[in-house]
Amino acid sequence: MAALGRAALLLALGLVGYALFAGSYAAWKRRRRLALSAQNALLAAFPAVVVAAIVLWVALARRDMTFEYVAAHTSHSLPLGYALSAFWGGQEGSLLLWLLILSGYAALAVWLNRRSRELLTWVVPVLALVAGFFVFMLCFVSSPFATAPAPADGAGMVASLQNPYMLAHPPLLYLGYVGLSIPYAFAMGALLSRRTDERWIVLTRRWTLAAWTFLGVGQLLGAHWAYVEIGWGGYYAWDPVENAALMPWLAATAFLHSVMIQEKRGMLKVWNMVLVALAFCLSIFGTFLTRSGVVNSIHSFSQSPLGGWFLGFIALMTVFSVGLIYLRLPLLRARTKLESLVSREATFLYNNLLLVALCLTILWGVVYPLLTEALRGETRSVSKPYYDFFLHAFGLPLLLLMGLGPLVAWRRASLRSLGKTFLVPLAAAVVTGAVLLGLGYGSSWPGLLAYTFSAFVVASIVLEFVRGTAARRSIAGEGRLRALAMLVARNRRRYGGYLVHAAIVMLAIGVAGSSAYQTVREQALKPGQAMAVDGYTLRYEGLRTTQSANAQTTRARVEVWRGTSHVATLDPGKSQFPVEGDVGNDVSIYHDPRTVGDLFTIADQIVPKTNVVYLKVLVKPLVNLIWLAGFLFVGGSLVAMWPDAVEQRRLAERYEPGAATAGA
Amino acid sequence: MALALALAAVLAVAAVVFVARPFLREPAPVSDRLSEPGPEERRLLELAEERDRALGALKELEFDHRTGKVSDGDYRAQVGPLRRRAAEALRSLEPREPSPRERSHGAAEPLS
Repeated sequence: MAALGRAALLLALGLVGYALFAGSYAAWKRRRRLALSAQNALLAAFPAVVVAAIVLWVALARRDMTFEYVAAHTSHSLPLGYALSAFWGGQEGSLLLWLLILSGYAALAVWLNRRSRELLTWVVPVLALVAGFFVFMLCFVSSPFATAPAPADGAGMVASLQNPYMLAHPPLLYLGYVGLSIPYAFAMGALLSRRTDERWIVLTRRWTLAAWTFLGVGQLLGAHWAYVEIGWGGYYAWDPVENAALMPWLAATAFLHSVMIQEKRGMLKVWNMVLVALAFCLSIFGTFLTRSGVVNSIHSFSQSPLGGWFLGFIALMTVFSVGLIYLRLPLLRARTKLESLVSREATFLYNNLLLVALCLTILWGVVYPLLTEALRGETRSVSKPYYDFFLHAFGLPLLLLMGLGPLVAWRRASLRSLGKTFLVPLAAAVVTGAVLLGLGYGSSWPGLLAYTFSAFVVASIVLEFVRGTAARRSIAGEGRLRALAMLVARNRRRYGGYLVHAAIVMLAIGVAGSSAYQTVREQALKPGQAMAVDGYTLRYEGLRTTQSANAQTTRARVEVWRGTSHVATLDPGKSQFPVEGDVGNDVSIYHDPRTVGDLFTIADQIVPKTNVVYLKVLVKPLVNLIWLAGFLFVGGSLVAMWPDAVEQRRLAERYEPGAATAGA
Repeated sequence: MALALALAAVLAVAAVVFVARPFLREPAPVSDRLSEPGPEERRLLELAEERDRALGALKELEFDHRTGKVSDGDYRAQVGPLRRRAAEALRSLEPREPSPRERSHGAAEPLS
C-alpha cells in the first residue's frame, strides 16, 4: 500500500512539474496545444493526490503500524474517528492535506475558468509552482509513506487532539489557507499575461470570500476547541500557531475591502496586488510556523527537515511577487484619485491601513522571539500586553470604522449630510456608553469603548437596512418584506457584508464581556463544601471514576444554584491516557441563557486520597455571543458570495460579448 | 505490492493519455497559436469597465441620495459630471464610423 502512495505522489510530482515547465513555455511562446496539455496535467494531478490520500486514510483506519506515520500518531485503542483525523495530526499528513486541497482547488479553478484561456495560461504554471513545492516535500523531505517494522502499538494521539472539534477545525483552516492560493495565482497570472484589467478580480471574488470564510470559521472552531478542551478558561492566547491563521485572515480582510475600490473606482491596483501576495505568503508562513517546529525553538527549526525548505520557498514567492509587481507597475497606474478624505473610499483606505498595521504588529510579535534567539542566542518573547495594546490601538478604531463606513457617501460627503446620517448611531452610542458607565462598566475602558462602538455600528447597520428598504419601497412600491428581500437580493455583496459586520460586532461584544468583565475564583473543596461566585453557589458532592477505551476519567460532581434555584449539575475532571502518557483537562460549563454567558469550571487539581478538589471557576459574561457570531458570519458570507444572475450576465457581456447571449 | 504497482501503472498511463489529449485530438492543427487580444480589443474592454464604473457610480449616487447620505446640493453638484462620464463611456463603445481611408480600402479590419 505504501508503494502505491509513493507512486501516486511521484506521478503527481511529474504532472505538476510538466504543468509548470510546459505551461510556462506554452504561455511564453503562445503554444495553444501545449498550454491545454499543461492544464490537463494540473487537472490530472488531483486524482493522483486523491489516491495518495486514500492510501494514508486506509492505513490509518486499519492502524497499519508498518507506516511510520500511523505508528507515530495513532494506537490500536484510538477510536476510528480520531484515527482518521490523525491524517492532519502530524507534519507529513498535514502537508498531504495541503496538497490534496490545493490540487482539488486548482483542478476546479482550471475547469470553471476554462473559457478564460488567455489568463489561465499563466495561472496554471503559478498553481503548479505552489503544488510542486508541496509534492516535492512529500516525495523527498517529509513522506507520510515511510515504512518500518511494525511496533506492537502506536504512540497514540495527544490527549487534547482527541476532541470532535479536531475533526473539523484543521481541515477548515487548511481550506482557508490553501484557498488564498487561487486569487494569488490569478493575480500573478494577470501580471504575467499583462492582463491587469479587473478580470482576475471578477474570476476570483468568490474564491477569496470562500477562503476567507473558511479561515474565519476554522479559527472560531479552534478558539472553541481551546475553550472546551485545553481547560485554561480562555479561547485565544495569542499563541504563534493561532496568530499564524489570524495574519492571513487580516490581510485577506483588507484585500476584500480594497478590491471593491478597484472595481468601483479603478484605484489601488498596486495595493491589491500587494495584499493578495501578502495574504498568500502569510498562509505559507502560517503553515511553516505550525509545521517546522520553529514555534518551540529556533533550534528545533534547524533540526526539522522542513524549516529551510519552507523559508526558501517563502523567500522565493516573496521575491517573485514583489519583482513581478515592480516590473508591471506601469500597467497598474490608476487614472483616478481619491476625491476626498471624507468619503466611503477613504474609510475603506483607513480600514486597510489599520488591518495591515494590526497584521504586521502581530507578525512582529511572532517573529521577535525567533529573531532574538537567532541573533542573541536567548529567546525574548512579547506577551499578552503587547498584543492587547495593539488590539485596542488598531482593533477599536476598526470597530468604529465598520459603523462609519456605511454612513458615508461614495466620492465625497459634506459635513451637513454626515451630521444627518450620524445622528441616530451617535445617539445610540452616547446613550449606551453613559448607561454602561453608570452601571459600573468603566472598570475597563477598552471594554466600555468596545460596547459603545458596537452600539454605534449596530445602529448604523440597522439604519442602512431601514433606509435602504424605504428607498426601495419608494422606487418600486413594494411591501416592507418584499422590499427588504429585494434590497438584499439586488445588492448581495453590500448587505451580506453588513451581516458579516454584525457578526464581528457580536464577536467584539462577546470578547469584551468575557475578557474585560470576567470573574475568576479558585478554592480547595472537600465533599459537601460550597463556594460562591458572582451570584452562583457551587457545592462539591464527590468524585466518580470511569474507564473508556483509551482513557480513565475522574470527575467531580458539582451542584450549581443561582440564588435559590438549582440550575445545573457540573462535572469537571481529568482524563488519563495511558498509551500516550498524557493527562487532559475535562472542563464543565453551564451556559446561562439569561446572561448569554458561561459558568466555567475546571478541576485544577484532584487529590483522590482525600477527595479534595481545587476548583477554578470563571464567570464569563456574553461569551456565547462569540460562538453565535459564527452562524451570522457564515450566513452573511453566503449572502455575499451567492451568485447574482443579473451581475453574471453583465460581466459575461463585458468579458465574452458573444457568450453572454449564449447563456454563459 | 504487485497490485499496488499495477494500479500505479494504470493511473500513470491514464494521466499520460489525458495530458497528451490536445495533441492526439489535433495532430496537425491549422493554427497552434494562442489567441491574444489586440490593442482594439483591450481598448474596448477598458471602455466597458469604465462604462460599468460610471453607471455603477451613478446608481450609487442615486441610492445614497434617496437614503439621505447625499444632500440635495451634493447630489446636484455630482450628478452632472457622472452622467457626462457615463454618456462618454457609452458613446466610446458605439461602433465607430469608418474613416475615409478605411472606406477607400473597403471593410474595416476584424478585431483580432
